[in-house]
Amino acid sequence: MTRVAASALEALGEVPDGATVMIGGFGPAGQPVELVEALLAHGATGLVVVSNNAGNGDDALARLVRDGRVRRIVCSFPRQVDSWHFDAAYRAGRIELELVPQGNLAERIRAAGAGIGAFFTPTGYGTPLAEGKETRVLDGVPMVLETPIRADVALVKAHRADAAGNLVYRRTARNFGPVMATAARRTVAQVREVVPAGALDPEAVVTPGIYVEAVVALDGGTAIAGVGA
Amino acid sequence: MTGTTTPAGATLTKDQMAARVAADIPAGAYVNLGIGLPTLVGDHLPPGSGVTLHTENGMLGMGPRPAPDDVDPELINAGKVPVTELPGASYFHQADSFAMMRGGHIDVCVLGAFQVSVRGDLANWSTGAPDAIPAVGGAMDLAVGARRTVVMMSLLTKEGGPKLVGDCTLPLTGLACVSRVYTDRAVLDVGPGCDPDGRAVVVERFGVSHAELEELLGLALGGAS
Repeated sequence: MTRVAASALEALGEVPDGATVMIGGFGPAGQPVELVEALLAHGATGLVVVSNNAGNGDDALARLVRDGRVRRIVCSFPRQVDSWHFDAAYRAGRIELELVPQGNLAERIRAAGAGIGAFFTPTGYGTPLAEGKETRVLDGVPMVLETPIRADVALVKAHRADAAGNLVYRRTARNFGPVMATAARRTVAQVREVVPAGALDPEAVVTPGIYVEAVVALDGGTAIAGVGA
Repeated sequence: MTGTTTPAGATLTKDQMAARVAADIPAGAYVNLGIGLPTLVGDHLPPGSGVTLHTENGMLGMGPRPAPDDVDPELINAGKVPVTELPGASYFHQADSFAMMRGGHIDVCVLGAFQVSVRGDLANWSTGAPDAIPAVGGAMDLAVGARRTVVMMSLLTKEGGPKLVGDCTLPLTGLACVSRVYTDRAVLDVGPGCDPDGRAVVVERFGVSHAELEELLGLALGGAS
């Protein structure tokens, strides 16, 4: 049963120290900015964050990293033109990084949500990112064994929710939201608008409400921060 | 085309390189263009080619940059640059987007590179500098997942060293995954099966002789000179 929360903090709920938190978004698109702000205000520390990027400029994820609240980050592309807080923490040895190819990141999250114990993939075979991992040749192709990534909480941004927690997304802001929503014990979605059950076309629902614990309507538009790889 | 030289006898500009890459993309193909130099290829696809561009952050049918007033922060490409939506476009989540690559549904992927080896090994994600902040993104998935992976790069580094090499010295992105390299001085085939003697094979030269290419690269090259 999905809760419709009145504020980002209320939607976020309790996050224990040391929790693993997934944060949706690819660059600025799909970032649940207000929910990460709420996590910052909440005070939980020693976090493991799973996110494609490691914070831009002084955004909330960058401030979580700056303030030493993130013990470890699992991410595909931490380096950005404006990732200075991550860069400083990484160079000072204050944050542990697990660098994961983007497709492995998505598939490992999907695997967690689908109850898959592990999977073999050719991605990364023979590269430094597969060092120490089990390998096997399947159908003549060398493959690497990859394990699921689960979380205690997933914070995602969607375009619209209904009161049953069904979510629809908008354009390339969809990115990690749908897979992260399946892989966490609790998924919290911020949306622009919560509509009554029945107001979303069931054929168009991308994330069914079974995956969503709380939704909150926030009118935060995304801003384009630094443009860069 | 083997062993031909451009009439002008000059090295190619970035746009000429992009046009050369675009000329080899089959009509109707689904194509992923990497961040940086390969993005230019999109500007040189002939109208009516029916080529559909994939961007790994979750879209097929990506169009060119929008006018400044039409920028949508929720419509960006893998380089986080604003783009547009063409008729017939579709959106999907990250696992679907990468399944599209990893499952061999993308026909051609054009990547930039620091180094490519004659065996088709690719190094394009890390300079190996000890204090560098790492980042890999979708490079490793693209390299091994597309049906055909080609590289677009300058032939030489800024210091004049070869980027097409016998063995990559930088951290690898993928093994034996590149089949053709488009550069400012030549187009070369690489990878398993392109040459019985295991050499890179010159397909086309721009302003350099076969012997000059071999000297620049320090490699014996196939293809008639």
